[in-house]
Amino acid sequence: MFPKGTKRKFSDSGDEPAAGGEDVNQPSSVAVRMLSSYSLQRQSLLDMSLIKLQLCHMLVEPNLCRSVLIANTVRQIQEEMTQDGTWQIMTQALSAANAAAQCSADRLVATEVLCRQTEATQGEQVLKPFPAVGSEGCPAEEEEEVVVEEEGEGGVTMSTVSPQAPTSYLPGTFGMDPCWEEENGEDEEEDEDSEECGSGSEEGDSDRLVGDSRTAEQVFGTFEIKNPAPSPDPALEELFSDVDASYYDLDTVLTGMQSAPKMGPYDLLESLSSHGPSTLSSSTSCRSDLNELDHIMEIIVGS
Amino acid sequence: MAGVGGGNDFQWCFSQVKGAIDEDVAEADIISTVEFNYSGDLLATGDKGGRVVIFQREQESKNRPHSRGEYNVYSTFQSHEPEFDYLKSLEIEEKINKIRWLPQQNAAHSLLSTNDKTIKLWKISQRDKRAEGYNLKDEDGRLRDPFRITSLRVPVLLPMDRMVEASPRRIFANAHTYHINSISVNSDHETYLSADDLRVNLWHLEITDRSFNIVDIKPANMEELTEVITAAECHPHQCNVFVYSSSKGTIRLCDMRAAALCDRQSKFFEEPEDPSSRSFFSEIISSISDVKFSHSGRYMMTRDYLSVKVWDLNMENRPVETYQVHEYLRSKLCSLYENDCIFDKFECCWNGSDSAIMTGSYNNFFRMFDRNTRRDITLEASRENSKPRAILKARKVSTGGKRKKDEISVDSLDFNKKILHTAWHPKENVIAVAATNNLYIFQDKIN
Repeated sequence: MFPKGTKRKFSDSGDEPAAGGEDVNQPSSVAVRMLSSYSLQRQSLLDMSLIKLQLCHMLVEPNLCRSVLIANTVRQIQEEMTQDGTWQIMTQALSAANAAAQCSADRLVATEVLCRQTEATQGEQVLKPFPAVGSEGCPAEEEEEVVVEEEGEGGVTMSTVSPQAPTSYLPGTFGMDPCWEEENGEDEEEDEDSEECGSGSEEGDSDRLVGDSRTAEQVFGTFEIKNPAPSPDPALEELFSDVDASYYDLDTVLTGMQSAPKMGPYDLLESLSSHGPSTLSSSTSCRSDLNELDHIMEIIVGS
Repeated sequence: MAGVGGGNDFQWCFSQVKGAIDEDVAEADIISTVEFNYSGDLLATGDKGGRVVIFQREQESKNRPHSRGEYNVYSTFQSHEPEFDYLKSLEIEEKINKIRWLPQQNAAHSLLSTNDKTIKLWKISQRDKRAEGYNLKDEDGRLRDPFRITSLRVPVLLPMDRMVEASPRRIFANAHTYHINSISVNSDHETYLSADDLRVNLWHLEITDRSFNIVDIKPANMEELTEVITAAECHPHQCNVFVYSSSKGTIRLCDMRAAALCDRQSKFFEEPEDPSSRSFFSEIISSISDVKFSHSGRYMMTRDYLSVKVWDLNMENRPVETYQVHEYLRSKLCSLYENDCIFDKFECCWNGSDSAIMTGSYNNFFRMFDRNTRRDITLEASRENSKPRAILKARKVSTGGKRKKDEISVDSLDFNKKILHTAWHPKENVIAVAATNNLYIFQDKIN
């Protein structure tokens, strides 16, 4: 039905918000399942959109109409997630999952990764400081197959992407706003942004993370130190068993990434589904995500 | 079997197909635009390789009164070449986005063709006679010695093999920062507009170093950009009126007499959204991919991802007619988003009398809607139905559980075979359908 290599998503059936909403009166387990299924679908849509936006940057000359439409979709999802309170949960969960010091750095890193422009080849993308929360850059095909089988693992957050993009985006990566907003008043070219990120950070070591000059080793070196040892995760082992290391240019980077704790997305999803819409108090602003979106839009169309 | 576009006994038949049969389609051969000229005798196609191919209809021969003239290649030329923008380090595609014919003013034919950045005016002229018997020149062109000339003769015109040449007469460049998506010749036959993602420019056909910017929706702060221009067209009769459509599903009609910069529209067409069908894809599928005025100038038609809408220019709050092209795709939007098909830009066209409209779909299907009888038909452009004068069979996509014989299920549709470009002869029931690298010509059955 679709071009080669694309598997149909389980989310094909009923990605309407109404599906989730109607079931509120039904037995709670069903409702929770429906709601979390909707959340998962929404999450996967967000991830997919972010990947597409990033891929836009890799193209010869980005199609402005397409970029605008995708960015609007991302904005819409974020607004809805903000209303749900899901957005705060995500950012909270991610800060809880990582050490405090790492957290802000991750946010900065994440934004910078998103801002990356056209010269990014696949190899370079792998080079970029990835958010700690586990975008290990497994080829999406393998991810996808595992995902469908093991729904409960929360693998849905691994984006289903064309094999060209070895990286996967996680919800948290995009939404790491609070830091961004505090530090970055102006939205200029991404290089300037990343510098601003670095300078304004309240965490000392995060300064090292951002900017083109940062080496991947520094990023992942720091990461290894700061984060707790990963719990053995059979799903993840299976994921990585298929990864062909020669796919990436820098084995060091890959090694660094692979040995990094991989709990990010899974923990995140678990926390998402187990938490109610607004049980966590949020100290982070919700408006920052929109500012970040604006910034990204500016990057997309700026040149 | 009842058809569309004529009476009850109307049927569409295969006429011709142009293009290679190879399974392996070269990217450059993919047809990117199709357009009949004002008389319908010429049919132009542009492709991704920057070439323009013009077909001319042969005169109907006396021996075969029942077959209309066939379209044969008249001229082929390279309109645009790939360029490199050194400032941005980006390649500019040579793909022909649009071709628009100019009204014929003399023996030559003229058309405008555009890629992402540059519009060119091409003059296509033919020579089928040559003069012989000059007094001052020999047959091979050498000057004759005047003293040798003892008598005068009148040169005669002798037939020669037809030679068609295309020459670029004007090049309208450097006026668009963003990708040009539309060009439209004004009814005054002197000016034309070109539209990119954020701006619409007005040109004079004779002047290439200047154009007037008449619409600019670029925000001061590009971060605030949420809407782009997707198509624009001049009104067929009122030379001061034009419309442009947006990625948010709105159409703005502007009057050039009102102001130099037509940022404030005279009319704003938008259908209120149906809250029950709202999804994350609502905005994307509402994005208008094509807008066309009817020949009468009273209506306009817009194409969004799933439907075609006919608007009365006097009514802004909703369309007067809505036709579902492939509603069965609504439940597949997530997959179509994933494989990018949701961003496909389908075009639409009117027939000569504005009684029918046509647009393309996937699996090489195209759809026609009769506005009077409200009947619609789905036909397929495929080599299988390519026997001369073979009647096209109506196709159907099964949406429910049970699939009837001859129906095709949604999951079996080939989304790589998309019909984005179609054209309808301005006077007759002859249509041209571009299916990837092939051009199909269908006509009505002559009883």
